[in-house]
This record gives sequence, C-alpha cells and structure tokens, in this order.
Amino acid sequence: MPTYQINVNGKQESVEVASDTPVLWVLRDHLNLVGTKFGCGIGQCGACTIHVDGIAMRSCGLTLEMISGKAIRTIEGLSEYGEHPVQQAWKEIDVPQCGYCQAGQIMTASAFLEQNPTPSTEEIKNAMHGNICRCGTYNRIYKAVEKAAKDMN
Amino acid sequence: MATSKKQNFSRRAFMRTSGLAGGGLLIGFNLFHACKEKSNFVPPADLSKLDYQDFNAYIKIAEDGTVTIFAPNPEIGQGVKTAMPMLIAEELDVSWDKVYVQQAKLDTVNYQRQVAGGSQSLRHGWEPLRRTGATAKQMLVNAAAAQWNIDSADCTAKEGVITNNKTKETLGYGDVVNAAAQLPIPEEVTLKKPKDFTIIGTDTPNVDIDEIITGKPLFGVDYKPEGTLFAAMARPPAFGMALEDYNATSVKKMDGVVDVFTIGEKARKLIAAQPNIAEILSTSDKVVILAKSTWQAFKAKKALETKWKEVTPLEDTKEHDDAMLALLDGKEFTTMREDGDVEKAFAEADQIIERTYEAPFLPHNCMEPMNFYAHVTDERVHLVGPIQTPAWKAGAVAAMLDRKPEDVTLEMTRMGGGFGRRLYGDFVLEAAEIADRVRKPVKVVYSREDDMNDGIYRMATKYRIKAGIKEGKITAYHLKEAAINSNMYGLIPNFFPAGAIENYKVDVASHKSNITTGAWRAPYTNFLAYAEQSFFDELAESMNVDRVQLRLDLLKKVNPEADERIQYSPERMIKVIETAVEKSGWGRKDNVYQGFVNYYCHNTHVAEVADVVIEDGIPVIKKVTCVVDCGIVVNPLGALNQIEGGIVDGVGHALYGDFSFKDGKPSASNFDTYRLIRMKEAPIVETHLIQNEIAPTGLGEPTLPPAGGAIANALKAATGNRFYQQPFTKFPELFQPKEKEIIG
Repeated sequence: MPTYQINVNGKQESVEVASDTPVLWVLRDHLNLVGTKFGCGIGQCGACTIHVDGIAMRSCGLTLEMISGKAIRTIEGLSEYGEHPVQQAWKEIDVPQCGYCQAGQIMTASAFLEQNPTPSTEEIKNAMHGNICRCGTYNRIYKAVEKAAKDMN
Repeated sequence: MATSKKQNFSRRAFMRTSGLAGGGLLIGFNLFHACKEKSNFVPPADLSKLDYQDFNAYIKIAEDGTVTIFAPNPEIGQGVKTAMPMLIAEELDVSWDKVYVQQAKLDTVNYQRQVAGGSQSLRHGWEPLRRTGATAKQMLVNAAAAQWNIDSADCTAKEGVITNNKTKETLGYGDVVNAAAQLPIPEEVTLKKPKDFTIIGTDTPNVDIDEIITGKPLFGVDYKPEGTLFAAMARPPAFGMALEDYNATSVKKMDGVVDVFTIGEKARKLIAAQPNIAEILSTSDKVVILAKSTWQAFKAKKALETKWKEVTPLEDTKEHDDAMLALLDGKEFTTMREDGDVEKAFAEADQIIERTYEAPFLPHNCMEPMNFYAHVTDERVHLVGPIQTPAWKAGAVAAMLDRKPEDVTLEMTRMGGGFGRRLYGDFVLEAAEIADRVRKPVKVVYSREDDMNDGIYRMATKYRIKAGIKEGKITAYHLKEAAINSNMYGLIPNFFPAGAIENYKVDVASHKSNITTGAWRAPYTNFLAYAEQSFFDELAESMNVDRVQLRLDLLKKVNPEADERIQYSPERMIKVIETAVEKSGWGRKDNVYQGFVNYYCHNTHVAEVADVVIEDGIPVIKKVTCVVDCGIVVNPLGALNQIEGGIVDGVGHALYGDFSFKDGKPSASNFDTYRLIRMKEAPIVETHLIQNEIAPTGLGEPTLPPAGGAIANALKAATGNRFYQQPFTKFPELFQPKEKEIIG
C-alpha cells in the first residue's frame, strides 16, 4: 500500500492506505479524528464536511491524491478550544439535538462565512441546504450562522 | 398538584454509601424498587461493595463539594441528559454550573425504565428524580445540624451551602459529605413548590455542547478501542431472500481483510426461543467481512460474490395497498373502542362522509448509521454503543450466547438519532454473534445502504374514517385502520374525538408481511393525526361550519371524569386551540393560506397553524405557529428545540417521505433517492408554551403527528385540493394555485 503525506490541522501526517480510501476514513480510522462523521458515503448529507484549502468539501468523496499538497482542516482543528465564532454561535443558540450532523454543519458554515462575511437570508439558506439534519434543527442552524456572521464582522 | 402530595416511595429505593475512594457521598435511587409497594430488595450488608449500577439515578458528592449526577436515560437528542439531572440539581440545591453530568451505565440487575422512547422519560422521572435530590440534600443538612448540635429545621441549604440560621455559620456540602454518608436515609423529604424553582424552568444548554461543537468522540460510531476489527455484512438484497452461497476466495486476499464467515445460527436459535424477536431479525445468514478498517470492510463487501434465494414471497407495495384496502372493505376487525351504536346512527344520519387516507413505509434514517461494539471473552460480554433499550438488549445477548445476565455489561453512548430505530437492537445481536465467534473486539458499522435497506420501518398504513351527521351534529364516527404487521395500541383509540361523539368506534386490522416493521417517532399517531385532522376539516367544510369552532364544540362535550381511558383534558386542549388562534393570526392573514390542527398524544396537548403558499407549483411552508401544553417546562431552551424539530420532521415526511417495495426490494437506499427535508424547505417555527404548574409531559414526539395535518389543511386552502396520500410531493398536479378561499 502506498504511503501519503498529508497536512491535517497544520500537522504533517503520514498514512499508509490503499489509494482509493476516502479521506473520511483516513481521518476516522487512521488518524482517529472522529469528529468528521460518516453519514451517507455519497456526498449527499454533509456530515463529513471538511475544509480543503479553506473550501468546504465532502471528505467521503475525496481521495488522498485529490488533496495532495492541500491543507486539510477538520472540526478538531477549527479552533483550539471551540472558540471559533461559528462554534460559539452554535453553543449560544444551543443548536444540536442528537448532535451527529453538527460538526459538518459547522464546517460548512465556517467556510461559507470566510467566503461571504455578510450573507443575506437566502445566501445562508443556500449555503446550508446541502447539510441534512435529521433532528430538524434548521431554525437554529440558520440563527447560529446569522449570529456568527454578525460576530465575525 | 404533585409537588405537595406525599408519595409512598419505599425507603429501600434509596441507597447511600460511604467508603468511596477519596471520601464523599454517593446516593442512589432505584425507580423500580420505588414503584413497587413492597420491595423485597435487600441491600448488601457492606455498602461499599454495592454495585453502583443498581441505581437509575445517582448523585456523587465529593469532599471538595463537586457534584456529579449520573443521567439515567439514553440520550438520543431529546435532551434528557440535560433535563433529568436538572430535576435532581433543583432539589439538591446546587448551582447548575457546579454540576457534572455523566451517562449512567445500564443497570443489568434490576430491570426498570432505562429506555428512551414514547416521550416518557421526564414524565416518569419527575417525582423520583426530584426526590433523589431532596433526599441527598436532607442528609447533608442533617449532618450539618448534628455538627452544630441544632435541629435540622434550623438550617437552610442553598447553592451547595448550609447555613445555621441561629449563628449564621455556614458549611459547604463538601464539608459534611463524609458525615452525611454515615447517616440514615430520611423517611420523608419536602419537595419545592414550583414558584421556588431556580433551575427548573431556566434555559439550560445541552450538557454535551462543548464536546459536540469540537467533534469529540461521543457517539457509538466513534467507539473503537485499539485493536478493534471492523465488520461489514452482506445482507439479503430483498425481503424474502436468504443466503444460498458465497465465494470469498478473492475477497480474503484483499488488503486488511482478516476473515470472512457467516452468522445467523445463534440469531435463529434466539428466534426459536423468543419468537417475537423474529419481527425484527432476519432469519437469513449474513456474510461477515472482518477487516482492519471500516473502509476495507466496506470495499470487500462490495467485491464479495453472493448468491441469494427466495425463501418467502417477494412482496410489492401494490400488493400491500390492495390487501389493506381489502381489509378496510371487509369485516374482519378487532374493535379497540366502541361507544353507542355507530351502525344505527349511520342508518339514521342525514349525511355520511367517508374518506380514506394512505401512508407509505418510512425508514428512520438516523444520521448515525446503526453500529455497535462487542467484545466477548470467557469472563464477560462487553457491549458498547447507541441503543434506546439497553436492558432488553443485554438480556437478549445473554440468552443468545447462553451466558449469565451478570456476564453482560452494556455501556450506552450518545446516539446520533433514534426515532424508534434504536429500540431494536438487531445490530447489537449481530455484533455479539460475531464477537462471540472471533473472540476479539469487533465493531459492526452499517453503510447508509445497509441502514436504509435492512430497516425496521414505519409500517405502511391506511385509515378510513366515516362520520354521520344529523341535524347539523356529528352523531357517529367510525375509524378503521389497516396496517402492515401490527396496529395501534394502548390508549390511542381513546384520543380525541373519543368521548366527544356519542356513537364512536375504532376498528383495526393488519396484513402480515415479511418486511420488518416497528416503532417510528410517535408510532401510529405520526400518520393518524394527519388523517383525523384532515377529516375534521372536511367535516367542517361539508357541514358549512367554522373549522376551529367544530373542534371546540366537540371538546366541550367531553367529560374525562366519566371515562378513565380518556386522558386528554378538554380544558387544556381548548386553551391551546384558543391560544393558537390568537397567536397565529388565524383567518386574519391575506398573504398566506393557513391550516389548523390540534392534537393530543404522549400526554401533551398541541395546536398548530401552518402558513403555506404555492410558488411556481411548489408548496412553500412559510411558518408553523405551535402552541404546546406540556405542563411545567423543565428546560425551555431544550423544549423549544424538540418542538421545532418535531414539526420540521413532520412537515418533511408528509411532503417527501416516500418508500416502497418491488419484489421485496426497497425503492431507495441512500439520500440521492430518498428525500429528507433540508434547510430551504424547513418552515420557521414559532412556539408558545402554556404556563401552568402541572407535572411535565413529553416533548420528543407530540408536535410531529399534527404537522402533516396542518400543512394538508393549508394546502387544501391554497389549492382547493385535498391530499389523501403521503407524501404530498408525489402528486405535483395537486399543487395548482387557485383563487384564495375564505378560511376560518
């Protein structure tokens, strides 16, 4: 099996995996970064969202080849103690119910707000539309993104 | 009012122990013993030998005053891991920010209600959990009083500090905890009056919030100690099929694959011994691929060559539909409730209205796919993972592996959703059977396709409702249910409008299928509420009366005192209805179409008003105004979340949830073919809580069932079309806007 060097949360990591192993499973099973969640495996639910050079992407559909030379950020690396404004907004609004999808939601929201610091209602809804929350916390997800946008400006 | 009433709890339900490593007090409460009038539970002579898992609620107070409360019930997102400890902390009188909350392990010795389901956790825990806190507090106060040599009545305790009312001296809980641990458990304690609550009723964030937002390993799928092997299973591709043969030669050579074998024998033995378990467990062998990583197991499973044979008929949704309609047309029913004489009343009626409402199967689709960890050794069976019914499943594993119940330990993790799916531990049995064979730690992980296609589905259901009207009054009501495999149970046949109509009957019949079915968030009512609330609207239209007034007039006829099966309160229902009319702008908005519903289930009263518009032939659910009476609201922040989620879930499944079978094969296997509601489709939910001092009732389920009815009624107002089948988006031709109809 080939060995890959990857840059995750600012650290160089070396993993030996088959070339077709999705980044999701490299993170979860090989680097033990389990905050990135497995939901569907086909890029439909957003639970496995990570940042690749700052862009929100579904890690279940990425191979190591595709992220070669790029900087990966996972929920564990978004901030040291959960102090990122998006995480803090999630806490203040008390968004989660079961909580399983929320790391993916936070990663989608944080990348989005980097690109668009002053989003409209429609833009927030469009940005978050790809992430499923089976518990139905969409009202609070919206409020938390709106709050984080304000707090970041 | 429950708080002032003295309840007859057995003192033996409480247990305290000293001799904790490092000192401190541990006090436990066992709900099971408490609920029995005469408990024969005998505590061990040496309390330090006590198995702490004997208690479904316990508090540990350390010498430094730190309080740890063990949350007894499984957390599936319904907020009990926060709300139940709040009840204890309230009566213990400690600051919430000084309290640590941990998930309690399963009590494998004494079966009790350590279950998540039916929105019952807070309802059942309300009295005993507060009593646990009050008991611990009284012991601490007694210890302080002894130290000061005064009567405990001359002490007050607040926020972890006991004050000597005479001298104004103070002692912290930690200062007296070792002395308290030596004292007898008080016979009687006084619970606070609701007006004195300082924690109950305050917005309290989820206790796991910091771990959730930073991605800490909390969930079952995250539990995989060093050396764990990962199991994927090839399962029958259709209901009715079983394994005939497989060829693992090439798969065994794949990277990371440790072993390939079949399981099923032990499960079949268990089914033979406990036939009811067959309803949730396939009798087919499954081919297990054991690998060093999840992806390697998944990949090898895809490459495995398998051959399946038909062992029972491969069923189609069309056959199910025909069979259920034939049941509704027929006469073979079980009568669940019968008042008066419906046949006679129909014969005498001026007008008869009859409608049929239909709903498909639904998968649960918890975001965290089913998974479980098992490690079986000669000494013990260690199980870890997300399960709503830990006691039941630990017992089943013991029976299946022919082990003593005390050999089995089960640890609950946080659950990435439950919705009923995690009541059924089929995946626990799979993990245990695999681990028993390989004698190594094993983690079973379902792919999304496994999760959706080897489900235990909400049964497809049809209701036919018939009402007789005479001289402008509803004189007869006959509800018939036809469902796959099972029927409504418990008090559901006695929900509104039972008690409001003189001649009333509920009949049920089921069609046996080999498709596994079971509880799905708010079982039966999740569809029944929509059917009945749609029907009431049609009745109002036919009778040319106001929709809300029709409901109020019926409620005014109910006398719950006359019938103990009627547990809804007409007064509470009328109050939520009137509040919903006021808060929603019902009948006073001209830019949206509105639908009205009210419902009672899981002991909670709800009214909802949906605001809907049709944009380019697509229904847009703008807003749902919801009024809820769930008694005292323990944690408003969590309560509103449950209410909002229930409505979004109900709207989503009524609009989009579509699942059917062809030749035993499910119609969808992942989120590309199965549509769940997403951000842009979710309505804004505005909630109003009725304030009262009645003991709390559940919130995980009650707002979901009526939501489908609210949008169906609003869509009728918007389009002139009545939606008789879920999901509504399957019938795009019905979303044609028309001139606005006068509503109200």
